[in-house]
Amino acid sequence: MAMSHQASGIQAGRLSAPEIADNFGDLHAPYDQHEAAVAADRCYFCYDAPCMTACPTSIDIPQFIREIQAGHPVSAAKTILEQNILGGMCARVCPTETLCEEVCVRETAEGKPVEIGRLQRYATDTLMARGVHPFTRAEATGKRVAVVGAGPAGLAAAHRLAMLGHDVVVYDGKDKAGGLNEFGIAAYKSTNDFAAREVEWLLQIGGISMEYGKKLGQDLSLDALKGDFDAVFLSIGLGGVNALRSAGEDKDGVRDAVDFIAELRQAEDLSALPVGRNVVVIGGGMTAVDAAVQSKLLGAENVTIAYRRGREAMGASRFEQDLAASKGVKLMFNVMPKAIHGNGAAAEIELEYTEVKGGRVSGTGETVRLVADQVFKAIGQTLEGQPEGLEIEGGKIKVSETGQTSVAGVWAGGDCASGGEDLTVTAVAEGRDAAMDIHSSLMG
Amino acid sequence: MADLTTEFLGIKSPNPFWLASAPPTDKEYNVRRAFEAGWGGVVWKTLGSEGPPVVNVNGPRYGAIWGADRRLLGLNNIELITDRSLETNLEEITRVKKDYPDRAVIVSIMVPCEEEAWKAILPKVEATGADGIELNFGCPHGMAERGMGSAVGQVPEYIQMVTEWCKKYYSKPVIVKLTPNITDVRFPARAAKAGGGDAVSLINTINSIVSVDLDSMAPEPTIGGKGTHGGYCGPAVKPIAMNMVAEIARDPQTHGLPISAIGGVTTWKDAAEFMALGAGNVQVCTAAMTYGFNVVKEMISGLSNWMDEKGYTSTQDFIGMAVPNVTDWQYLDLNFVTKAKISQDDCIKCGRCYAACEDTSHQAIAMSEDRTFTVKDEECVACNLCVNVCPVEGCITMEEVPVGEVDLRTGKVVTGEYANWTTHPNNPSATAAE
Ligand SMILES: Cc1cc2nc3c(=O)[nH]c(=O)nc-3n(C[C@H](O)[C@H](O)[C@H](O)COP(=O)(O)OP(=O)(O)OC[C@H]3O[C@@H](n4cnc5c(N)ncnc54)[C@H](O)[C@@H]3O)c2cc1C
Ligand SMILES: Cc1cc2nc3c(=O)[nH]c(=O)nc-3n(C[C@H](O)[C@H](O)[C@H](O)COP(=O)(O)O)c2cc1C
Ligand code: SF4
Ligand code: SF4
Ligand code: SF4
Repeated sequence: MAMSHQASGIQAGRLSAPEIADNFGDLHAPYDQHEAAVAADRCYFCYDAPCMTACPTSIDIPQFIREIQAGHPVSAAKTILEQNILGGMCARVCPTETLCEEVCVRETAEGKPVEIGRLQRYATDTLMARGVHPFTRAEATGKRVAVVGAGPAGLAAAHRLAMLGHDVVVYDGKDKAGGLNEFGIAAYKSTNDFAAREVEWLLQIGGISMEYGKKLGQDLSLDALKGDFDAVFLSIGLGGVNALRSAGEDKDGVRDAVDFIAELRQAEDLSALPVGRNVVVIGGGMTAVDAAVQSKLLGAENVTIAYRRGREAMGASRFEQDLAASKGVKLMFNVMPKAIHGNGAAAEIELEYTEVKGGRVSGTGETVRLVADQVFKAIGQTLEGQPEGLEIEGGKIKVSETGQTSVAGVWAGGDCASGGEDLTVTAVAEGRDAAMDIHSSLMG
Repeated sequence: MADLTTEFLGIKSPNPFWLASAPPTDKEYNVRRAFEAGWGGVVWKTLGSEGPPVVNVNGPRYGAIWGADRRLLGLNNIELITDRSLETNLEEITRVKKDYPDRAVIVSIMVPCEEEAWKAILPKVEATGADGIELNFGCPHGMAERGMGSAVGQVPEYIQMVTEWCKKYYSKPVIVKLTPNITDVRFPARAAKAGGGDAVSLINTINSIVSVDLDSMAPEPTIGGKGTHGGYCGPAVKPIAMNMVAEIARDPQTHGLPISAIGGVTTWKDAAEFMALGAGNVQVCTAAMTYGFNVVKEMISGLSNWMDEKGYTSTQDFIGMAVPNVTDWQYLDLNFVTKAKISQDDCIKCGRCYAACEDTSHQAIAMSEDRTFTVKDEECVACNLCVNVCPVEGCITMEEVPVGEVDLRTGKVVTGEYANWTTHPNNPSATAAE
């Protein structure tokens, strides 16, 4: 028998297994063949299509949609994957409302874009269901490249390098590949173990060996890698988290949202995963929304996102905000944490109202207290464990347009590198582009 | 609400929408349902001679093409004439006509091209009390292989001869149904008139192969690994049918000959267009087969609504009104100059007009850095392609260049004086110099 929403404290089993399964099903159900045909038919096959320009990986969107429309989704998938080898994951996780679909001419015209993401999923799912890998490796070059970090940036780089004929070794500190695809993305965006299946499919290209449990700075050094390989690509993401710096941050029940999400993503049985009755999430980005929504889906009674600026400044898109609201999450704006109260464990959070003047946030002095047995911190991730000697810019490894760091022979991309938004699709684009640059420098 | 009552060859029906001779009119059961739904008349599914009826295939008999969301655009069939006995059909026709005296009931007939055959069947049809007959000289498949249907309809002399027999052995109106599978529809129409036919109806279906199964490598519908050409109908054939109707309406030799128009009528507007081109009424098959008999309700409300808006009180008011405006190319005014104009408020910046004009036409649309699309008047030949490919209705319009202004493409002032090809200096056989 499941416990109710009302059971106080941090408890497992607030919902029954079927309720959980229902809650964590696909956010957007996959299209069937007819739905895909109808959706594809809405595309105008624009000239110099704006959607294509908005896609960080520059997928030829009108082309792939036309291939779906003409009944050959497998060619559509190839069109996608040539530009974006993680097109399957991107189809699920891209905030399309701020990327390709935002600028679709049918969004401008009618407020109803062509559903590019879902069509992309239809195509890539069709191809992957056949268990085939559409790419083959070029003749061996004899060059060896090390990739550190097996998230989207690292995987995209590794695949492209292997395809071009180089031998690649991918190191990751964890015992599983995928990076945040595996440990971070909301569960309802990547169902049925998709992240792991996609990695397995990607590795079918060959020429990539995976080395797990190898952490740069601990088990590996950049100098040694530089000596052993012809080039090094760093894609270690953002491993650290920002601290709250409020009183009571050390109380039980207060934790980093990314840790909670990672635990959730790896849980065998979600109904065994404990969650608070009254959850407060501090932050305003995608991580905050994901932590809040998934708490609610696990059965928390009250979930509140507390963000220190106004709605417009929120990192999460309007679509994500509305998704949270539709699941019953309350959004509070212009409040910041002042203290967490409770005897050993969190019981209440004290928030102070804020005002934003000239871009700076300051407290107004007025406070409010919310019941909170669980508090998630989602106020941003930081670069951690980067090797010595690399130039840093704005808290990230400084790179050129093509991903070169300040150290010769070392490239970087994805969240850990400067430039670009912190998104899966951007990480893929940067990994791919760095691979092309490594290729030309090795072969040049 | 406008009165849709229409008289065609003296036959009155409450509206101009008849069901064409086809499966919807193959039996009493269907026809009664059709009349209950509101159809003004029916042309009964084609009858053959007495004796064992024809047989149909037992595999699939239809194929189709579709547009977005699987909207049926064209249907293809390899069905023959009625496969029920003549007696059964005649009994049913008699009963139905008795019960629905206010609706038109026409009997379609196809028997061998011999006077005896027609002489035998016509009195029996006359005895049913039906309002008239339609001679099926149109079906392009199956029956044509036996020297009937379009095999007759393709030979004007046969049309005239059979029509004469019908006028001889039958006292009520005779409608001659024409096949579009000919090069010039005016010849069979003239033959029908010469034979004494009271009207023509057109079109019957167009010879077609609708699709090929690329696995079995056979045309569809496929029966035991083989297929045959069928008859094409539905929305896709309407433009072809409209041209043929207009050709007959404006041919001096057949002008005024009543026409019952058939081919792709799906909504009230299709019917109004056919009637404007000279048809006295319309017949419908595919739309009914696709959506059921209730489609007639929209045709009725749409036509009367439009008539009310236009102030027409009878269908007679607009029948044939567009005929005088159908002319030959050589008489089109070459001094009528228009230019495409893009409404920036409506433009959604898809760039289709640009791709179409730049790649395949006259390079007359400019695209700026920020995707603003504008027409270059000095290049635009007013071909209308951009209007046709633009996904936003009314976004690109063709604007007439007013008299007195310069056409930037030719550098000539628009005079407003009518001049056509027959007098154009570039025409080697120009009848008059400028
Ligand atoms: C909760 C959450 C939700 C998100 N949701 C979305 C979303 O819906 N859509 C979207 O587009 N983006 C989303 N993002 C952002 C997206 O996940 C990241 O931008 C993307 O994963 C970055 O890829 P990456 O390869 O740079 O880094 P990561 O995915 O972080 O991968 C880094 C990899 O490096 C490994 N690593 C780290 N340090 C070391 C070391 N020292 N030695 C060896 N290996 C190391 C890690 O184990 C990891 O496997 C979300 C992020 C979070 C945190
Ligand atoms: C299945 C089918 C059977 C038909 N059978 C006949 C027929 O027996 N006699 C006839 O004159 N026309 C026949 N036709 C042609 C139709 O009467 C009509 O001329 C043609 O379908 C065009 O009209 P539409 O576009 O409204 O369908 C048939 C059409 C179809 C689709
Ligand atoms: S990868 Fe993302 S941004 Fe690019 S087309 Fe696909 S869904 Fe849109
Ligand atoms: S902008 Fe929209 S309509 Fe145009 S090509 Fe892209 S998806 Fe198609
Ligand atoms: S086709 Fe129409 S909507 Fe598209 S760019 Fe041209 S004018 Fe604008």
